[in-house]
Amino acid sequence: MVAVVLTIITAAEVAVAYVPALRPVLAYILITLSAAKFSLVVMYYMHLKFDSRIFSGVFLAPFSLALVVVVAMVLLFKLIPFI
Amino acid sequence: MSHAAAASSDHHYTSTGLNTFKLGFWTLIGSESLFFASLIATYMVYKGESVRGPFPSDVFNIPLTSVSTFVLLMSSLMMVLALAAVQRGDRKGSLLWLFMTALFGSIFLGFQAYEFTHFYHAGLTLGTNVFGSSFFILTGFHGAHVLIGVIWLLTLWVQALRGRLGPKDAITVEVAGLYWHFVDIVWIAIFTLVYLLE
Amino acid sequence: MATAEATIQSGTTAGRKTGLWSWITTVDHKRIGIMYAVTALVWFLVGGLEALLIRIQLAKPENDFLSADVYNQIFTMHGTTMIFLVGMPIAVALFNYIVPLQIGARDVAFPRLNALSYWIYLFGGIFMNVGFLFNAAPNMGWFGYTPLTTKMYTPGLNADFWSVGLQILGIASIMGGVNFITTIINLRAPGMTLMRMPLFTWMALVQSFLVITALPVFAVALFFLSFDRFYGTNFYNTMAGGEALLWQHLFWIFGHPEVYILILPAFGIISDVLPAFTRKPLFGYNMVVYSGVLIGFIGWGVWAHHMFAVGMGPIADAFFSIATLIIAIPTGVKIFNWLATMWGGTIRFNTPMLFCIAMVAMFTIGGISGVHLGSPPADLHETDTYYVVAHFHYVLFGGLIMGLFAGFYYWFPKVTGRMLDEKLGKWNFWLFVIGANMTFFPMHFAGLLGMPRRIFTYAEELNLGTINHIISIGGFITALGVLAFAWNVIRSLKKGQIAGNNPWDAHTLEWATTSPPPEYNFSELPEIRTREPLWDGVSSVDVAGPPKAPIHMPSPSYWPILTAAAINLTLILMMTELWWPPVLGAALVLLCVINWAYEPASEH
Repeated sequence: MVAVVLTIITAAEVAVAYVPALRPVLAYILITLSAAKFSLVVMYYMHLKFDSRIFSGVFLAPFSLALVVVVAMVLLFKLIPFI
Repeated sequence: MSHAAAASSDHHYTSTGLNTFKLGFWTLIGSESLFFASLIATYMVYKGESVRGPFPSDVFNIPLTSVSTFVLLMSSLMMVLALAAVQRGDRKGSLLWLFMTALFGSIFLGFQAYEFTHFYHAGLTLGTNVFGSSFFILTGFHGAHVLIGVIWLLTLWVQALRGRLGPKDAITVEVAGLYWHFVDIVWIAIFTLVYLLE
Repeated sequence: MATAEATIQSGTTAGRKTGLWSWITTVDHKRIGIMYAVTALVWFLVGGLEALLIRIQLAKPENDFLSADVYNQIFTMHGTTMIFLVGMPIAVALFNYIVPLQIGARDVAFPRLNALSYWIYLFGGIFMNVGFLFNAAPNMGWFGYTPLTTKMYTPGLNADFWSVGLQILGIASIMGGVNFITTIINLRAPGMTLMRMPLFTWMALVQSFLVITALPVFAVALFFLSFDRFYGTNFYNTMAGGEALLWQHLFWIFGHPEVYILILPAFGIISDVLPAFTRKPLFGYNMVVYSGVLIGFIGWGVWAHHMFAVGMGPIADAFFSIATLIIAIPTGVKIFNWLATMWGGTIRFNTPMLFCIAMVAMFTIGGISGVHLGSPPADLHETDTYYVVAHFHYVLFGGLIMGLFAGFYYWFPKVTGRMLDEKLGKWNFWLFVIGANMTFFPMHFAGLLGMPRRIFTYAEELNLGTINHIISIGGFITALGVLAFAWNVIRSLKKGQIAGNNPWDAHTLEWATTSPPPEYNFSELPEIRTREPLWDGVSSVDVAGPPKAPIHMPSPSYWPILTAAAINLTLILMMTELWWPPVLGAALVLLCVINWAYEPASEH
């Protein structure tokens, strides 16, 4: 069920990486697909979709900060110095 | 004194009705997200900054890593099956799926070991350039987490073997599952951002 | 059922409550809290001594009391000790002792993990200071900037003691954070909703979230530094394409939340102590809670205000500046709520209250200089000068320390069963107020007049001698205040007035039980109806006295101290620069953890 979907998405990711025409938007597509896989595992395998919202809160609050760290660091080192 | 003393009104009382161990573990997972985020952020910052090679495109073998990624992904499925087996008191199923999860995890580690050796022979070490440093430390910490997970699963397997992993112990298996799936989703992030974005 | 029949079971060493072994294997949050407090207070004296040495050296220009190299070790360790060995652990000491009592729990969620955190802290703190024995104490500033801390510029062991020691301590903090979050969410007494919790517990919850999110980033920064130094990686090696600035970002991503980690407990203390001494509930409880949460979140977006001078560019500077100024708003909200709590109340000026009032005033002064520093143009003149030193000492001494002392005087009776002496308390208080303001206020001017930070001496021609002289005198006056406190504690332990359950007639749950509380805290779980359960007359808080039913307490265990030793060993073995000793150490840790897991804990 979920495993099948995950396999399909992984295959799609690898395939997309080899399509030259998609190069410019490659990063966005891959990140979207990975986010989908990530969400599926978290919601279904780790059962967050069906469990108490307290678990979601206790995980998502730090996790959102984790995203902030990655985005901020990439911006600060890779983007902003070159504007 | 007997455990009829559990008549004490505050035994096992929680304000939310949630399992304390599980709650603590989700908190730990939140914390670990920051740990891996910092490692991943560093890798992304140093992408393309190495002064000398080998560079990622020189050494990466995407088809091979796709296979190992798939193996790890499937191990998550096995973990789900293992938990279900423990929850319904299926000893044979528990033994089978716990073992399979650990096995697939070990296969993944095998792939990692192969990859690391291959990179080393291609001239990529911890100190060669920033790619080597950030890559090996990121994937190294991830691999260490997988190893700890495999050991954890094997101790659960031994418990099941001794007949001491019944439905009432399912919570420890559930928490081990949370850890295992977390290690898997970290790899999802690593596979995409490190390998596929090359 | 006769209560005389009810008993407490406490593992195989039931009844064995005294002696060294009972302390080594304790998992009781109250004992662990006491151990944290005693250890932290010892480090406070060490850090204070380091401060006095600094002030002697700086009292006059071109002084030669301390050589430059020794001075660098002293000022680095002063900062490192005060922040990591005093500031954070003292808050944890209070969380440990007070939070379970405030929420009506019998212990924290993971008692053995709690003990583990303490032993890691004890061993790690000692390890960091071992460097002094080799004249190789950390000497690169408490913030460890690269490239100074790389092997090339600090070839000696100094930076190793620092990076390994802090790595060790970080583990203790994260484990503690997980413990307190779980405890506060899951172990509250019936009827105690989140919005009925005491503010001290609320701030503990927010602070713990900051700990579990900020410390891992620091851990990564430290691992990078250690691996660069021991295993030849290139994270901070500019010649290989690395960035020295990576350290600064990672460090301050941790470092800014860190300062909120330090101050939120003090905010919590003030919010609990003020109502007790003004005989009014906290004004604007909801807003104080939301402000605290907001400070926690926004605090994550301001870190690069420590880096305005590195050249990030106007966009980054503007973003971080705006975020920094915004965070002044929820902080101001809290201050006004505290003032409103005092307004119209029946104020009793006992020592805890005095410390609260001073805290509010001095923290505000520190906040104002903080706003100045939050503006990049102003900061470019003020950064790396004594203006910054003035700012953070006002918020840390004026805010954190004054707040902590309010907490000491407030809760000492609960912990020991005796009151601290009011007269000595007032001596302590006034010596602190006069001393601290004399020490830190002139620093604003010294900084604006151009005195840089982190210098071991300064030229005669700069005309800073008088200011520095005054500052140094202030430092010694503050030290006298510490002596007054120490004398107060020693004397009161034996001869202090007996406290009783609730000597302050305060409103929160910890005052419902005896002073000190029994091992099991409450005879039965209280039932809460409002925020001031001891004032409302409807909450069920008759919980002092013998247990009403048999109570299982967690069993003592020696695995926490063993595991702590193994963790320390593993990280210290990195200094061999070989890979297999730490791996062996890790295997040892694993062995301890497995044994720990198989040891039956008492269910909670």
